[in-house]
Amino acid sequence: MTTQGSPQMPTQGTPQAPTQLPTVVADSEVATPTSVWRLAMITFTENRLALIGLIVLVLLILFSFVGPLVYHTNQVATNLINENLPPSGSHLLGTTPEGRDELGRLMIGGRSTIEVGLGVGLLATTFGLVYGAIAGFAGGIVDVVMMRFVDALLSIPYLFFVVLLAAIVQVNLLMLILVLSMVSWLSTARLVRGETLSLRTRDFVVASQGFGARARQVIARHITPNLLGVVVVNGTLKVADAILAFASVAYLGLGPAPPATNWGELISTGINNLFDGYWWQLWPAGVLIVAIVLAVNVIGDGLSDVVEVRLQKR
Amino acid sequence: MSEAAKRVLEVEHLRTEFHLRAGTVAAVDDVSLTIDEGECVGLVGESGCGKSTTGLSIMRLLPAVGHITAGKVMLGGRDLVGLSEPQMRAVRGNDVAMIFQDPMTSLNPTTQIGVQVAEPLRIHFGTSRKAAMDRALEMLDLVGIPNPRERMRDYPHQLSGGLRQRVMIAMALTAEPKLLIADEPTTALDVTIQAQILDLLDRLRSELSMAVLLITHDMGVIAGRADRVIVMYAGKIVEAASTPELFGTTRHPYAQALLESVPQLTTSSTDRIPSIPGHPPDLANLSGGCRFAPRCRYAEPACIAAEPPLETLPDGHLVACIHPVGLAQAAGAGAAEQPPAVEVVLEQPESLPQAPVVDAAARRSELADAPLLVEIENLVKEFPIRRGLGIGGGAASLKAISGVSLTIRRGETFGLAGESGCGKTTLGRIVAAHEYPTSGTVRIEGDELLKLSRAELRRHRSDLQLMFQDPYASLDPRMRVGAIIREPLMVQGVGNRRQQWERVAELLNEIGLNRRAVDLYPHEFSGGQRQRIGMARALALSPRLIVADEPVSALDVSIQSQILNLMKRLQSDHGLTYMVISHDLAVLRYLSDTIGVMYLGKLVELGPSASVYANAAHPYTHGLIQAIPIPDPKIERAKRSAPVRGELPSAVNPPSGCRFRTRCPLAQEICAELDPPMQVFGEGHVAACHFPLQSPTDDAPPRGITVAAPAAVS
Repeated sequence: MTTQGSPQMPTQGTPQAPTQLPTVVADSEVATPTSVWRLAMITFTENRLALIGLIVLVLLILFSFVGPLVYHTNQVATNLINENLPPSGSHLLGTTPEGRDELGRLMIGGRSTIEVGLGVGLLATTFGLVYGAIAGFAGGIVDVVMMRFVDALLSIPYLFFVVLLAAIVQVNLLMLILVLSMVSWLSTARLVRGETLSLRTRDFVVASQGFGARARQVIARHITPNLLGVVVVNGTLKVADAILAFASVAYLGLGPAPPATNWGELISTGINNLFDGYWWQLWPAGVLIVAIVLAVNVIGDGLSDVVEVRLQKR
Repeated sequence: MSEAAKRVLEVEHLRTEFHLRAGTVAAVDDVSLTIDEGECVGLVGESGCGKSTTGLSIMRLLPAVGHITAGKVMLGGRDLVGLSEPQMRAVRGNDVAMIFQDPMTSLNPTTQIGVQVAEPLRIHFGTSRKAAMDRALEMLDLVGIPNPRERMRDYPHQLSGGLRQRVMIAMALTAEPKLLIADEPTTALDVTIQAQILDLLDRLRSELSMAVLLITHDMGVIAGRADRVIVMYAGKIVEAASTPELFGTTRHPYAQALLESVPQLTTSSTDRIPSIPGHPPDLANLSGGCRFAPRCRYAEPACIAAEPPLETLPDGHLVACIHPVGLAQAAGAGAAEQPPAVEVVLEQPESLPQAPVVDAAARRSELADAPLLVEIENLVKEFPIRRGLGIGGGAASLKAISGVSLTIRRGETFGLAGESGCGKTTLGRIVAAHEYPTSGTVRIEGDELLKLSRAELRRHRSDLQLMFQDPYASLDPRMRVGAIIREPLMVQGVGNRRQQWERVAELLNEIGLNRRAVDLYPHEFSGGQRQRIGMARALALSPRLIVADEPVSALDVSIQSQILNLMKRLQSDHGLTYMVISHDLAVLRYLSDTIGVMYLGKLVELGPSASVYANAAHPYTHGLIQAIPIPDPKIERAKRSAPVRGELPSAVNPPSGCRFRTRCPLAQEICAELDPPMQVFGEGHVAACHFPLQSPTDDAPPRGITVAAPAAVS
């Protein structure tokens, strides 16, 4: 690469690999930075754990969505002759109290679990982020009204709220995602609002307003990127929360009606039958839930590395 | 160091290492020093030179990664390095005490100050509660806290910064330690308060015959207070001598350069201050040889070959240099003019911002004809103080600015001085349209700022830019430098993508940074470079006015001058107008054409900087100028006690009449009754005082200032 400017280098920096620096070709050519996405990719893949988490998540998605195409089972009819069979050649992970194949059950249960978990995590985090950032950034009466609304919703017991909503609306998966998100975004909004309050007075935000930047420009360019670290980690916890909440809602019979199922429901069945020695009804579902929660968590960790630019090596 | 004096502390070949992930760094390398009873030893150097680590090593209060790997710290016949942690706890506060820079974070906010001052006694001697509290009262009285009996029950947040530092000192001294380590004890304080605290330390040192290790970056503080000076650079001692010796005949090139780069009151706005090129070395990758060689103007190949040992020169200086200044250089005359012989300098000399040399008279006459850019009339800003729920009228308000009028001409640098809390920052924010005044008008080029619509104001903002104090907080840590500088262009929609990047490259060039900087994040730059990046961003929209709030107070002296010189060069290149806000009158003297002094929301003096500094008419201005520590032991020691007494009164209920009267040595009854009017003291120089230090003249007042009728004066 040709260096056009003065040979002065920033000194505090870590040693740099010249391959990642922009090439300054001709005099009229202007140095534009390398793609943010490429840098992000490099940082993410450097976090081994996050990469493993991503692979696990992909495998779990394949298991739930592609699995039933390979491993055919009847998940509609109950078959009382086959109830509570231990794992064998014909039923790899045994059967349920209704006589359905456990492995097949885990596959279709995985679909709704993953949909609800990721859906709620994404929806609640996005909405909470926007809501909290607006409240924190606007301040004054807007902030007071917006946050009192959050406080009011938080004061309603969570399960009561979900039961109430589930009773009012017709329960399908999409509705359930919305209902769980409506509870879940509240704490994110509070967290984001608090962070925004401190970011709002930072010099670089004041500087940006000093160029005449509008509120939405400041929120998009400065507030949100600086919030991402906290929000992403918080969001991964939301995924785990949502999966468990889904289980308790389903346990109360408010989820989609059988034969639809989810991992949480399978676990509660397994717990009920644990003393009969039907371990295969509990452990596989438990392992899958732990696996997906951990996977999402380490992915979140990796993502927060990506937004924490100080960790970027070059 | 007379034979009679008792040796208190003896540090021998101390080496402190930090075990970091990147490798082991010797933050303190082979440091030896002694302090006698009643003696004050000054330790100076840039940030990161190891001066604070030396202090912490003596206290054995190093962070977890820090270890003392060699050397001895002898205190009262014991080697502190070998003591166990419980033994060390008995030493701390009892034999050695330490005071820190920030008294707010060093005091427990949830405990009354009386209890905190009594704590060392309760811990070390198991004194009864009653006796310890009596002693605490005595100590608070000793450190000059007014009404100590009532103050005992106060919490830290109820005290001002100066009083808090007094409490810290009282706390450190309750157990009467033999050695006091003062780590930048006055850096966070105003000059007026700084002088009071330093006087207090001096008094206590002689009364209690304590040994004091004064750690500071401020050469002026050292000149006035220390008996001996030790200069550190990159973890090593480079020069040590008695204070008059060191300031009189500086031997090490680093110490010399450090002294030169301090802006002084005598530096006029047409001078240039030299700066030290480059940065201190990265202690993790030392190349061997003299550590200062890459930045040294006298360096030659021999300097990078081997590290020079610390040797005693015939005149008593301890110096670590192959060619001490004034000895070896005398042979080859004019060596000082030569550029560094070693090509290790990281920034090319021409890329370093140089201030233009301007003729003072020409500049003054040019400015006198320039059109007005900023006109401020009767500006008032009050912040309502909300108590409880904030409901209920008639609440008190904090009077930040009470009727300020002034004008700034195009191309001029207006310096605004005053203690913290005087309203100078608020005034700057109003001028930059970041705050709305309660009443009064601000006109920029004739357009009234407050009458603009939101859209007009947004467009207008490209004319007004802010420059910030803290270069670490003013750049978004998640944006790369290119995006940071480009942001204002995007916001205002100037040019297309390509033109914007061209402008970024142009701006980087102007501030002397390589184009490759666009791809790097702010944390990859040093403080001075970041401040330059902030400057480039402020310049992106070609503003007419830049409001710089304490532009250099967060930087080391050696880097300060780089920024000041850059500001001057950019001003002459682009015809910029500056409003510089600073507590540092020496910096303002160097930058400004006109100076305004604020006290508790009022402008008390305004005039051409040369005239204000030479013939200050207001006792407050005079006191402020007097309080600045000057890096010359002769001048500094000749000064009598702190020129401005006491603390800034509350802006919620400011004193009647002249607001300065509560601290003024000349105050009389009339000062409490009548608000003094502005009077003229020479061309363009006005001040508001009943008993001015100069006699009024009948020159015309500067534009926009109403003065009293001459008849009413006499």
